Amino acid sequence: MGRIVKVSGPLIVAEGLADASITDIVLVGERRLRGEILSMTGDRANIQVYEETAGLGPGAAVNTTGSVLSVELGPGLLENIYDGIQRPPEEIRELTGAALTRGVEIPALNRERVWDFNATAQVGGKVAGGDIIGTVRETSAIEHRVMIPHGINGEITAIQSGEYTVLDTIATIKSEDGKTSDITLMQKWGVRKSRPYKRKHLPTIPLQSGQRVIDTLFPIAKGGTAAVIGAFGSGKTVIQRQIAKWSDVDVVVYIGCGERGNEMTDLLTEFTEINDPRTGEPLIKRTVIIANTSDMTVAAREASIYTGITIAEYYRDMGYDVAVIADSTSRWAEALREISGCLDEMPGEEGYPAYLSSRLAQFYERAGAVECQCGGEPTRKGSLTVIGAVSPPSGDISEPVSQATLRFVKVFWSLDANLARKRHFPAISWLNSYSLYLDNLSSWYDKNLGVSFLKNRENAVALLAEENSLNEIAKLVGKDSFSAAELLALETAKLIREDYLQQDAFVDVDSYSSYDRQVKTLAMILEYDTLARGALQRGVSVKDLSAIEAKTRISRAKTVNDYKSEYEKISADMTAQIKALISGGDAE
Amino acid sequence: MIREYKTIREVSGPLMIVGDVENVTYDELAEIELPNGEIRRCKVLEISESEAVVQLLESSEGINPAESKVRFLGHGMRLGVSEDMLGRVFNGTGRPIDGGPEVLAEKWLDVNGLPTNPAARNYPSKFVQTGISAIDGLNTLTLGQKIAIFSGNGLPHNQLAAQIARQAKVPGTESNFAICFAAVGITFEESEYFTQEFKRSGAFERTVMFTNLANDPVAERIATPRICLTAAEYLAFEKNMRVLVIITDMTNYAETLREISAARKEISGRRGYPVNLHSDLAAMYERVGLRRGSEGSITLIPILTMPEDDITHPIPDTTGYIAEGQIVLSRELYGKGVIPPIDVPNSMSRLKDKGIGAGKTREDHSGTANQLFAAYSAGKDARALSAIIGESALSDTDKLYLKFAERFETEYIGQGFNLERDIERTLSIGWELLSILPVTELKRIKTEYIDKYLPGV
Repeated sequence: MGRIVKVSGPLIVAEGLADASITDIVLVGERRLRGEILSMTGDRANIQVYEETAGLGPGAAVNTTGSVLSVELGPGLLENIYDGIQRPPEEIRELTGAALTRGVEIPALNRERVWDFNATAQVGGKVAGGDIIGTVRETSAIEHRVMIPHGINGEITAIQSGEYTVLDTIATIKSEDGKTSDITLMQKWGVRKSRPYKRKHLPTIPLQSGQRVIDTLFPIAKGGTAAVIGAFGSGKTVIQRQIAKWSDVDVVVYIGCGERGNEMTDLLTEFTEINDPRTGEPLIKRTVIIANTSDMTVAAREASIYTGITIAEYYRDMGYDVAVIADSTSRWAEALREISGCLDEMPGEEGYPAYLSSRLAQFYERAGAVECQCGGEPTRKGSLTVIGAVSPPSGDISEPVSQATLRFVKVFWSLDANLARKRHFPAISWLNSYSLYLDNLSSWYDKNLGVSFLKNRENAVALLAEENSLNEIAKLVGKDSFSAAELLALETAKLIREDYLQQDAFVDVDSYSSYDRQVKTLAMILEYDTLARGALQRGVSVKDLSAIEAKTRISRAKTVNDYKSEYEKISADMTAQIKALISGGDAE
Repeated sequence: MIREYKTIREVSGPLMIVGDVENVTYDELAEIELPNGEIRRCKVLEISESEAVVQLLESSEGINPAESKVRFLGHGMRLGVSEDMLGRVFNGTGRPIDGGPEVLAEKWLDVNGLPTNPAARNYPSKFVQTGISAIDGLNTLTLGQKIAIFSGNGLPHNQLAAQIARQAKVPGTESNFAICFAAVGITFEESEYFTQEFKRSGAFERTVMFTNLANDPVAERIATPRICLTAAEYLAFEKNMRVLVIITDMTNYAETLREISAARKEISGRRGYPVNLHSDLAAMYERVGLRRGSEGSITLIPILTMPEDDITHPIPDTTGYIAEGQIVLSRELYGKGVIPPIDVPNSMSRLKDKGIGAGKTREDHSGTANQLFAAYSAGKDARALSAIIGESALSDTDKLYLKFAERFETEYIGQGFNLERDIERTLSIGWELLSILPVTELKRIKTEYIDKYLPGV
């Protein structure tokens, strides 16, 4: 048994821990607060404690549990909210009320709840780690596929469908050397180590978020990585939330890392009320929430993103498309910095530890489109998409966390405070953002959305770029010197900005935009541009062209319910009205 | 178990080292007894087998290391709370300074509070009418929200805060309200302004004041906001009151944090502020809100002055990431005589969307608010353009936007500190101003609302 020799904030130093190893979980003091060993010198260990350390002092007992920080994996994760070390706040509340008292130990997965296990493997079958031996209907949206834990293989000697709790034995495996292992619905996994897979391949299918600026301009692939970076108030949280709501993935793990408690409450209530358009079931049925709010300890904050991504990997291993949304990785990095400071480590840039970027890289590299690890089964594919928010101080992305993140992610959604001030949301800058997945995804687009999609995208990007440079000129000399074609470019770019890229998360019909609708809306806007350009050649003025009635309907098209027929009408009227302008002009 | 030591090894700034201590714990409160019998408080920042590093919560002046005694009290810093606190004035560490008796504590609460279980919160979605158009119409406040006022030196943030305290109400409800006010390092005059204001509006009897003035011990400032929030938690969640907390000026608080961090020779983040500035402020601000099973609420308005009016300075920047919105004051508008000088584009309320709309304010609220933001922003762009190329060179639409911006500032924002507008009035002024613009520009508003509300349609 060890004992504390020093307490300084979230860090304690203890002696007499010769039986412990680095990264072991220890229990500290009378309340048995959980902590993790960060480093050791002889039998002296530096320990980060996951709960408030007030009241601890030299002499208090420290015991190692002999195991690393792990999560419980099994049915019951979905629909749930957990803190950074996978304790369930709902159940804690029943025990202690509104305040989070220390030293509460409640298992992550409910021990009493009974699940209906449906065995799909048979006695005598050969299985290895990752093989699916049965299913449980975890929620109305997701079927939980029960896998053999990694490290176990052999022959099934017993397996039986029926009703089980997560601790009951559902099957028995006998390995070649005669060792038997009992399989339960629950397994454990150390959070700091990624779960194995057979192989990774390049992501080639887009993740459809229903957000026009993302899906059309800066798409992310399933299995890819993205960062949304922006100053406070630029709408990071709303974007993350929109992706969590509307993405066409099977499971979402939402990690609230060092953010506001109210946001977690809101997420929980909203996801219970809103239905997933694909399954028709409440979104919460496919969601796991990890909530380390900003008033919880920094050590638990550091752990929270690992807890989240390990749960996500587990669902990926079942063959699902999973998205991890981490808001905000800056708070995680700050937690790392705070603990590093307590350890008296030599700081790198802005006080962050020198290992900041390697830790970030390890986190993002857990994303990917993979062939799942299994024994003899046919190939099973899953994907894990990671989307992280970064909150740069002063909105200045030259800071270490933004810079380190941008080195590893393939999509950058740059939030522009100026757009946010104009209430142009999502405030994703079309000038600074990028996606490096376009090449990988192009054949998917050509096949599923038609070849015009990428061409239209390219045109839209060009028009926005032209608008930007024209505005620069206008700031100096005004718009008088612009040619008619340039003035038209400004008109079309305005349509793209205000009536396409701008999307209101709080208006039901606009909150989610299907691919079909996106393709048609953009095509309609660009059709206006093409027709108007033709008319310009025939001597029609930009002023007349921008005053046509059909154009005002383009501006209102995104709030129309039955868009298909309305778009056809707009398109027909627009053609007719522009034609009328041309013939009117010819007649004069 | 009380343990007394005469082993002060070092006193340096706000820190003190006490040697050869036993059974002392982290964050424990202690008392220093000076040779003349005076008692001051301090708390443990770091404890090892040989010594305790303690932080003074009061001045270090006159502490004689050889002769003074340190007594460890076996618990953290606590505040004795009771409803009798209402109508009283305390110093920054919770001792009465209004000449009245000590408050008989109903119970003692740890001033650091405990993290709030996210599963125990209720989401703030009740509309609070402040009577100020720029807030109600565009940056709507909800009950249980934390929204900061970002100000600058010499700007009238106190008047704005007092106006909010005076006028704020939840329409259609009776309220058992209370105000908890913490003065953190502000001048006597500023503090007295609030006292007079609370007396004038009759709220003083419902107010608890904690004052740490500019010449009071700097070290106390770490405790003052926490004590104020502890009182607020008690009144809100145990006595079911609707509590408004005003803390001013959080810039002074953050500077004290920096001073302590520097004294400890810690590695600092931006501009010398400690790396835990975010978690320190967040742990306080997160105590605010609504809780399941309680009728009470805490709405928090911390005020801070931005050094050099710089919104990217670490103090406003960090606060912006924690608070649920900010009301920014503009020196430019103040110079033009627009009162209250609320910088609309830079201000925002994160909880607005769930607090407005049909059944709460009015169906057209959200659309018109977005339209007003967009139009004012376009008007400001037009103004900037006209400064370069001249007003006559602006397009017809830009000229209208320019006119809109001028009238928006004087009529919508500039209502003065004494006028109270209900939400209907605020919305109708908004429509009146929007009628300046061509109706085709009003893309953010549903056509049915344009037909219903736009004057002259």
